[in-house]
Amino acid sequence: MATVSFKDVTKLYPGASKPTVDKLNLEIGDGEFMVLVGPSGCGKSTSLRMLAGLEDVQGGRISIGDKDVTDLPPKDRDIAMVFQNYALYPHMTVADNMGFALKMANVPKADRDKRVMEAAKLLGLEPFLDRKPKALSGGQRQRVAMGRAIVRSPQVFLMDEPLSNLDAKLRVSTRTQIAALQQRLGVTTVYVTHDQIEAMTMGDRVAVMSEGYLMQVDSPLRLYDKPQNLFVAGFIGSPAMNLLKGTRNADGVNVGGYTIPVPRDVLAKTADTEITVGVRPESLKIADSGIPVEISVVEDLGADAYLYGIPAGLPDDQKLIAAQIVARVASHQVPGKGKTIKVVPDPEKLHVFSTSNGDRLN
Amino acid sequence: MPRFLSAQPSTRLIPLPWNVPLAEWPVEYLVALPRGISRHVVRFIRVGEDVYAAKEVIETAALHEYRMLQDLHRDDTPAVEPLAVVTGRRDLEGDPLDPVLLTRHLSYSLPYRSLFNSGVRPDTVGRLLDALVVLLVRLHLIGFLWLDVSLSNVLFRRDAGEFAAYLVDAETGEMHDHLTDGQRAHDLQIATTNLFGEFCDLEAGRMLDASLSPEWLVESILARYHALWDELTGVEEYAGDELFRIEGRVRRLNALGFDVAELEVDTAADGSTLRIQPKVVDAGHHSRRLLRLTGLDTEENQARRLLNDLDTWRYRNTLQGTDEGIAAHRWLTEAFHPVIAAVPNDLAGKRDDAQLYHELLDYRWYESERQGREVPLTEAVHGYVRDVLSGLPDEVVSSDAMATVEGGRTLANPYDPSQGFEDDEGPMPVDPWETGEEVVANPYLDISSFKKSKD
Repeated sequence: MATVSFKDVTKLYPGASKPTVDKLNLEIGDGEFMVLVGPSGCGKSTSLRMLAGLEDVQGGRISIGDKDVTDLPPKDRDIAMVFQNYALYPHMTVADNMGFALKMANVPKADRDKRVMEAAKLLGLEPFLDRKPKALSGGQRQRVAMGRAIVRSPQVFLMDEPLSNLDAKLRVSTRTQIAALQQRLGVTTVYVTHDQIEAMTMGDRVAVMSEGYLMQVDSPLRLYDKPQNLFVAGFIGSPAMNLLKGTRNADGVNVGGYTIPVPRDVLAKTADTEITVGVRPESLKIADSGIPVEISVVEDLGADAYLYGIPAGLPDDQKLIAAQIVARVASHQVPGKGKTIKVVPDPEKLHVFSTSNGDRLN
Repeated sequence: MPRFLSAQPSTRLIPLPWNVPLAEWPVEYLVALPRGISRHVVRFIRVGEDVYAAKEVIETAALHEYRMLQDLHRDDTPAVEPLAVVTGRRDLEGDPLDPVLLTRHLSYSLPYRSLFNSGVRPDTVGRLLDALVVLLVRLHLIGFLWLDVSLSNVLFRRDAGEFAAYLVDAETGEMHDHLTDGQRAHDLQIATTNLFGEFCDLEAGRMLDASLSPEWLVESILARYHALWDELTGVEEYAGDELFRIEGRVRRLNALGFDVAELEVDTAADGSTLRIQPKVVDAGHHSRRLLRLTGLDTEENQARRLLNDLDTWRYRNTLQGTDEGIAAHRWLTEAFHPVIAAVPNDLAGKRDDAQLYHELLDYRWYESERQGREVPLTEAVHGYVRDVLSGLPDEVVSSDAMATVEGGRTLANPYDPSQGFEDDEGPMPVDPWETGEEVVANPYLDISSFKKSKD
């Protein structure tokens, strides 16, 4: 097991006008499950591939443990890329399907058997070891594939969107299994996904990337409760945080004719007149006075419901382009579609950002 | 109503049972052909006179693979031809089904499992690996990172005395401008791991010749790959006056079946050294020449053989002074076509035309040796048809019976070798991981229960 460290790591493709990854600094702890997340083209896969040795690095250094691996070929880095191969071989037992790569690496048979047995225990596959893979379910096949990576006992597991080709159900169950396994194995893991729910539910820490830059690296809850900038605020959370643009006044920020109270010391941190207030859907409450919202869709979740709407009173030509407002309310409070309600944010749960540079102010 | 994404739309696809999961399609639509193992549901289906391969896979993967295969096809890289992606499928209850990617079944192709099933000589295994390595090098030269190199993901076609390999699965593939050494090394590592697994499986199924070991076979792949890659891309340095070395390098590349589109030649300022490096090479040196001369579209080694025959024929008919194109046309009408026309229609599915001509030339050579005289072509054709061709299995689409038995064991599902064999052990043990409640895929992050779980 080992730590992983990126120091000022930069990737510039030939002919590109700007780096795909720009001076990435990231320290991953021994045994940590680190998720790299961001929209397509943010540099997350490229970062993982530089760690794996698949992409050359133009600047900076990458180390695994105490070893500088920046210029080492992939096979000398003691890493395992998981799930590249999960076709199962029909003439071989489940045990041989899990351990065959050890045989290729000339690991003695006794050691091989021991490692396969340990992996099978972890994966609940012991009763299947002597069987052929016939009639194994999709989930069981997936576990055999995980076993293939586990038996190699590498220093670091690398996973590049490993669930992207699975159907929705298998994806949810496999992600839970991977997270639980990683915790029991304690092997440092770097996991890349574009799916923020996957990132939030799996990672010990999550590194959010955008356009080649690391925007924030933090525990999932810190990312949710204290996003450091507008990008993270908008990216993490589903449905997304409401980002309400308004104009400052003496008491706070005016949004749609309603002043959201913002402490003066927070407002003092910027000279901007335009300020963005972020409010999670569950931090908006229906009230007698507040921001007027015209409800367009109601989504019932059982005890709660999501209300989707737009600011009320807009001229028709602006309705289509207006930023959507989402509130999570108790089902018994749900007003009908087309109604106008007023919502106020919970003053304790405001996220205040500079509109001009995106930085968090509170 | 399903939607069809296709460059060549065909109305014959519309009446197929798209509202049924592929694994449950009625057998009247299916063809049991030998094939590799796969992690998705894959079936061969009959559409009119044609056979297509159908793969059920999630939408992003299906569209990605369709586009990758199209790119490879456009680049003239040996790969199966993508036909369509069928999306928007729903079952009878209205629940969504995964899309299906359709590719054209490659005629006269031989999946490795059927080759090994009928017994493969050790030197044939070497030829199969050579074909796979040529394919991998060609893909790497155009910047294609495969990420799932395996015998299951290629099809072989006879190519004179050799084989030609075709890519059949591009699901994990990526097209780059240029591959780094690390990317190629990674692809090779995947190749060796996958092939080692596949050879171990053939060994366990008693389909691998006892003189071959999986360890030795995968080592030889690495050696073959590096030798070919270095020949095609390596830098050579010579004394500055050895200009003939340039032509020597080009000839060596031609002999390997590659044309040189760009060769970088650097000379030292004082003229003392010469540095040569091919920058762009294109596969298909012989097949392009044969196509230009005769219009015949063949594999590379078949083309080499036919071109040699053309040269010999010109010499015999004292046409050396005649324009090459005119001589080629006469060879085509006086030698090649009469041979093909002499093969009875019911035997035409056993070999493609170029392969048949190649095998006939072999037959004629052996017969001439045996009889101590030059056997004329027409006589040789009849002998070949009688002695050889009539006894060969049909290979346009291999016979159904071949697919269902492997290493003496019967497949549990004749349409899916990934499902194992009938004689595999009885009922499944209880799996505690799969007895829990059904997982619900929630599109939202339920923050309150999430926060509770982290406390």
